[in-house]
Amino acid sequence: MSIIADDISYTYNTGTPAESAALRGVSLTVERGEWVSIVGHTGSGKSTLAQHLNLLLTPQSGAISIDGVEVKPGSKRSREFRRRVGLVFQYPETQFFAETVRAEIEFAPSNWGSRGDVLKERVDEAVSSSGLDPLLLDKNPFTLSGGQRRRVAIASVIAMKPDYLVLDEPTAGLDATGIKELTQLLGKLRNAGLAVVQVTHDLRSALSLSDKILVLENGSCVVYGSPELVAEYLVDNPVRGLVIPPVVRFVSGLREKGIDIPLNSGLGEIIKSIEVFKGRL
Amino acid sequence: MEQNPIFSIRTAAFSYPGAEKPALDGVNLEIGQGEWLALVGANGSGKSTLAKICNALLTPTQGACFVMGLDSSVESNISSIRQSVALVFQNPEDQIVASIVEEDVAFGPENLGIPSDEIKKRVDRALSLTGLESYRRRGSYSLSGGQKQRLALAGALALEPKALLLDESTSMLDPEGRDSFLACLGELNNQGMTIVQITHRMEEAVQAGRIVVMASGRVVWDGLPTEFFDGEYLRWSFEEPPEIALYRELLTRSLVPPGTRPRVEELLSALCL
Repeated sequence: MSIIADDISYTYNTGTPAESAALRGVSLTVERGEWVSIVGHTGSGKSTLAQHLNLLLTPQSGAISIDGVEVKPGSKRSREFRRRVGLVFQYPETQFFAETVRAEIEFAPSNWGSRGDVLKERVDEAVSSSGLDPLLLDKNPFTLSGGQRRRVAIASVIAMKPDYLVLDEPTAGLDATGIKELTQLLGKLRNAGLAVVQVTHDLRSALSLSDKILVLENGSCVVYGSPELVAEYLVDNPVRGLVIPPVVRFVSGLREKGIDIPLNSGLGEIIKSIEVFKGRL
Repeated sequence: MEQNPIFSIRTAAFSYPGAEKPALDGVNLEIGQGEWLALVGANGSGKSTLAKICNALLTPTQGACFVMGLDSSVESNISSIRQSVALVFQNPEDQIVASIVEEDVAFGPENLGIPSDEIKKRVDRALSLTGLESYRRRGSYSLSGGQKQRLALAGALALEPKALLLDESTSMLDPEGRDSFLACLGELNNQGMTIVQITHRMEEAVQAGRIVVMASGRVVWDGLPTEFFDGEYLRWSFEEPPEIALYRELLTRSLVPPGTRPRVEELLSALCL
């Protein structure tokens, strides 16, 4: 079960002086239970790609298939597919409108016809799987902290029971604690079988969290694969707007000195291999 | 500097209707003209509320805020305060008003009744400072998140404010965009503009001349960046970047000699491999 973007292209304002190509022949596969990061500079096409995965945009060439079915523009099944792919926008809390957290989370499933006990169950499940404190359900969402609001926004998408969760810069504006908690939550959802697609320009978090990374530059894919493969590529081929994390640069320096470890190694592994190399262990 | 503060906040408190705890709880802070101050603290610590108080979008429920000597609780002062102090919000979508980039930048000065040739100059300057010249005829909403953030800054700069309040205004920028945004702030600050920058990013706070830490609606630390990064920041549970964790581990295990600076090249050569 997967979303497959096959060679998709998209240009904004076609035929006007403001024409700009946002995606040029990009392909990507997202399997359920996978964490995929889309990284690139500002304006590289990341958000445009995310909106394609949720069918908010239709590719002008190429195709999007969801669970083996190609989604054609205007397809009667678009609505169903859109439910399966939940999209959490940048700063989703700015779109809150309900007076209580409960009403906010109920909104989407009730639009889909859930009522009574079914609706309540949906909300309870979403609250529990997003790690929200149930005591917050009767609060006004605008009185919550930034991290809590982000959770409410995610819960309101999870209440639709999506199979794929696409998040555009989900940690923007959160503090260190908020980022850590959100990252743990997304990891938990992924382990429960949901696909997590994260749009980010933070290469550091992408390298440490993802199963696969797609790097975009000016709308084109420059490298796509495992964090190890992407790190190897980027160390040799700088990409506009992406800064190689200092720890990766450090490991790359160690390798030049003859220490053979993966570029994407963690702190413990790095220290251990230095000590082994120096003959201390 | 202290004789003539641009912001003078005196035991200011503020509570949002229905909230259990006050968002600000007795803040005293003076910010001098030409300062570049980084305001840091956890989500919910009161940073954004303080910024809104400084711009007279909110009035303290207790205490007072004076902007260039003007009491922000006096209705007739508000327009002068807002002309001198521009606030750039976290989410650029909140402040985009026109569908074309250059029209959006011109919106503020037009509202102030500034002559059109002067508006044009200001728009040109703001677009050039923010690196958006080539986007001037583009649709505001077709820009990427980071470009919109630069557009929001351009709109604020076109007001030619004395002080700029930035609320997480680099959160959507990529590292390169952030560097050029910070360089732009540095230039404005050199020209005398006061900058109050709310940020979670320690690498941005490094650039400021002064760091103020907030927690639970209060100012809990106020000092120089060098003092702050000499371990002080660890007390306030800010993120420890992995490279700093690596650096401390290398020191602890005596793999590099004391006094080595936390820079990749320096660490690699200090390892003596």
